Amino acid sequence: MNLILALIKRDLTLTLRQGGGAGTALGFFLCVVVLLPIGIGPDQALLARIAPGALWISLLLSVLLSADRIYQQDYEDGSLDVMTMGPVPFEIVALAKSVAHWLSTSLPLAIAAPILGFLVNLEPAAILPLAIAMVVGSIALSLIASIGAAVTVGLRRGGLLVSILVLPLYVPVLIFGLSASQPNAAPGLTAASLLILVAIALAGLVVSPLASAAALRSYLK
Amino acid sequence: MQFLANPTRFLRIANAVLPYVWAITVALFAVGLYGALVTAPPDYQQGETVRIMYVHVPAAWMALFVYTVMALASAVAAIFRHPLADVAAKTAAPIGAVFCFLSLATGSLWGKPMWGAWWVWDARLTSMFVLMLLYIGYMAIWAAIEEPHRAAMVARVVALVGFINIPIVKFSVDWWNSLHQPASVFRMGGPTIAGPMLWPLLVMGLAYALLFLALHLTAMRAEIAARKIRQIQIAEIGDR
Repeated sequence: MNLILALIKRDLTLTLRQGGGAGTALGFFLCVVVLLPIGIGPDQALLARIAPGALWISLLLSVLLSADRIYQQDYEDGSLDVMTMGPVPFEIVALAKSVAHWLSTSLPLAIAAPILGFLVNLEPAAILPLAIAMVVGSIALSLIASIGAAVTVGLRRGGLLVSILVLPLYVPVLIFGLSASQPNAAPGLTAASLLILVAIALAGLVVSPLASAAALRSYLK
Repeated sequence: MQFLANPTRFLRIANAVLPYVWAITVALFAVGLYGALVTAPPDYQQGETVRIMYVHVPAAWMALFVYTVMALASAVAAIFRHPLADVAAKTAAPIGAVFCFLSLATGSLWGKPMWGAWWVWDARLTSMFVLMLLYIGYMAIWAAIEEPHRAAMVARVVALVGFINIPIVKFSVDWWNSLHQPASVFRMGGPTIAGPMLWPLLVMGLAYALLFLALHLTAMRAEIAARKIRQIQIAEIGDR
């Protein structure tokens, strides 16, 4: 357990010290959110209607673009090779790195996003449900991004490929995330969607380390 | 399964079987299309457009079936190191993608007169669209990784993770309120389609399945040949 915590701490320190971590992702997030009103016009009523969706899509894209940071550097400098031989099972290493990505990138974004909603005229009543849904959903997003990053880790230009592989898997998170963040929906719907989001995150917790480790191993051989 | 592990033996069987498979496929298509276009009655609500069903529904079945084959083959490759399983998975993907595209395209043509729109973002259509993207992603992995052995290992992961979508497509019409009609053939309590419309549909389904078998065997044969050529080329470089 201490080793796992040490792994998470190592990744967090690396992301924070190197820059280009949460800060850059947040900057990207802001850019997408700001581009939207420019693209569709400043109609306040229209913006309020699409605000949750716009924020969710910006969140998906930001998490996706930061995904290659999970494994790329450790693959290139050989740290991953060492980790395969360590006492911690490689699946757990993958899980620890996903958790570090979630803590350093997805979670800050998920917390900041609803607050930045004022840029797209988000209803104040929607802030709390959106924040809850995004925090839960971001766990699933980081775990799925980990699979995509692992599958393309050894490729020179894996960025576009990651999008093709990961975005389809993000569709369920987007659908249930959106229906969980509607403030004036039927009361049962929000709770049910939130529960399904939790279920997706839990399923990802099982599938993602296995799949990521298997994909990484095939590159490390 | 282990019996087919030897590529030479597999090729011998495939070569012997293929002409018959093609012949049966053509015969089934002839019977199925005759039934679908001539003898089947027009629907009392949809009129003649219901005949799109005989192309659309089997294509959708096959899109799901082929992905299942792909995922199974990937699992077999990962568990048993079966030498031909990766070849089977790789060659199934483009065929499945075409079936998937066919079902989306014919569904779109059918949706325009029936629902008044080429496309609606409904659970069944969305999940089918995601299936199409999964097929594309799977093929992109094979194209992006040069070393075939490594590509095979990574592609297995992609195929198996994407398999999660298959039950979602199948049950999307039961789980969500959908514009798409619910299952009417493979359901608990038997089909709800009338006999004269059901039998051409089933014949067409069988014809599609055999068409897949024929195309898949042909594609696998081509892939094995391509691998042999690659090995010969590598050996020649080594000799130089």
